Amino acid sequence: MARAVTTQHKTIATAAAWVVALLIFFPILYTIITSFKSEQEAIQGFNLIPSGTFESYSEVQQQSGYFKFFFNSVLLSVGSTILALIVAIPAAWSMAFSPTKRTKDILMWMLSTKMMPAVAVLFPIYLIFRDSGLLDSRIGLTVMLMLINLPIVVWMLYTYFREIPGEILEAARMDGASLWNEIIYVLTPMAVPGIASTMLLNIILAWNEAFWTIRLTTTNAAPLTAFISSFSSPQGLFWAKLSAASTLAIAPILIMGWFSQKQLVRGLTFGAVK
Amino acid sequence: MATQQTRSIARFMMAPSVILLFVWMIVPLLFTLWFSLLQYNPLNPIRDGFVWFDNYKLFYSNPAFLYSILNTLTIVVSVLVITVVGGILLAMLLDQPIWGQGIVRILVISPFFVMPPVAALVWKNMIMHPQYGVFADIARFFGAQPIDWFGQHPLTAIILIVAWQWLPFATLILLTSLQSLDGEQKEAAEMDGAGFLSRFWYLTLPHMSRAITVVILIQTIFLLSIYAEILVTTNGGPGYASTNLPFLVYQKALLEFKIGQASAGGVIAVILANIVAFFAMRAVGKNLDK
Repeated sequence: MARAVTTQHKTIATAAAWVVALLIFFPILYTIITSFKSEQEAIQGFNLIPSGTFESYSEVQQQSGYFKFFFNSVLLSVGSTILALIVAIPAAWSMAFSPTKRTKDILMWMLSTKMMPAVAVLFPIYLIFRDSGLLDSRIGLTVMLMLINLPIVVWMLYTYFREIPGEILEAARMDGASLWNEIIYVLTPMAVPGIASTMLLNIILAWNEAFWTIRLTTTNAAPLTAFISSFSSPQGLFWAKLSAASTLAIAPILIMGWFSQKQLVRGLTFGAVK
Repeated sequence: MATQQTRSIARFMMAPSVILLFVWMIVPLLFTLWFSLLQYNPLNPIRDGFVWFDNYKLFYSNPAFLYSILNTLTIVVSVLVITVVGGILLAMLLDQPIWGQGIVRILVISPFFVMPPVAALVWKNMIMHPQYGVFADIARFFGAQPIDWFGQHPLTAIILIVAWQWLPFATLILLTSLQSLDGEQKEAAEMDGAGFLSRFWYLTLPHMSRAITVVILIQTIFLLSIYAEILVTTNGGPGYASTNLPFLVYQKALLEFKIGQASAGGVIAVILANIVAFFAMRAVGKNLDK
């Protein structure tokens, strides 16, 4: 028997939830609104209705070449994610389907590398990058982001792969499928949703990574995190431009994020909360 | 049934991940340990040499180091309290039947996807700016003096920004956990005449306990290494008022080139993180057995 919900109760709850949600969303909303104002308007006090100009957007591109940074962000986040998947899929596959006594320890150890604070290795990494000419290179940073997120990728894939029933694999083996056929025809179709969610979450994490992307780049390989940070020393009035740049920087990931709420919970809690 | 062959294939498939992670973790960490025992300054190499634990002594002789640890812990604890308490309340609110639940969820979760520099700059300039920010507008509307957040309360300002970023995460996970609570149990408790508070205390809270643990542990990992938010807002100042350990290490290493001191700071950061990791591992590990 379902509990009867009174309309009054629902109205109050709805009102409260919407007020809180709008308050939490407000800084983002206000940024989007301000991005359509002129610089003059942007500092004239609180105002929710912009004049609807696009001038900040074109100025951001003209003055600082916004799309170069955007392109770097796409390249770094997608590139590092694909690299991580290539390395992690075999590992997660073998841990899920041929676990040994040490599988759990290895998983735990991988997770522990994620807990190492980045600053602890800042200078050695900086030296290694400088001496091998990787500072401000897209390849160096792609590898770096891949390594940072590798433990999460392995873990997420592992939790997805583990849900694929092992009996199906055994049946395929009984029917004489080779390892290769097993992977192509049996495993892949069942694993694709898990791999896709892992990919989605990892692109989000790589896109927003804001320590190494800022410290290991200057201009060439700098993604949006570094570009936005360069706004921290204000020269003149730049509210509307900052808003336009910010809106562009967060829009793609915000939309991806909305679609990946469920996977987010699972991926970031290492399968502990579903 | 793992045969010898499949077992060696398995080992072969795992090798790249394990080797990569091992090298990436161990090699730089050994460097850091070694550097932390040296006086090493690329700008002033004459005084370089082996100094044993002198760099670590700075942690109780140099106020900057002490401040940075205190600030690190203040940020972690304050943000945890705000996000966990706020997250529980918000999750319970969103768990009610409401109109437009999908949209409300999207609005609430959004800040989590905003990259740290954007979050920090938006708050710094558009919300908390003492002249043009929304908070200043509100203060003037009520005839009050606007607060200079980053000048007078830099740490509080950073805590607010970081809490805004992490509240959605806590809410989403606690809500997920709350939705798996058996409705019949709730009804039974209600029939037995349990009030709202006792239902919350004896039913809801115990049910959420694991999710709460997970939220605390995961957030702590990230909160211990807050960096971009400080870089673009206060730059650690005024003085050391908002410098945390990661930021101090960055300053020592890449601005002052005091590599020995920076490395000692890094080692302390590892020890702090390990204390947390120890508990995190146990909690997550328990779940694996199920």
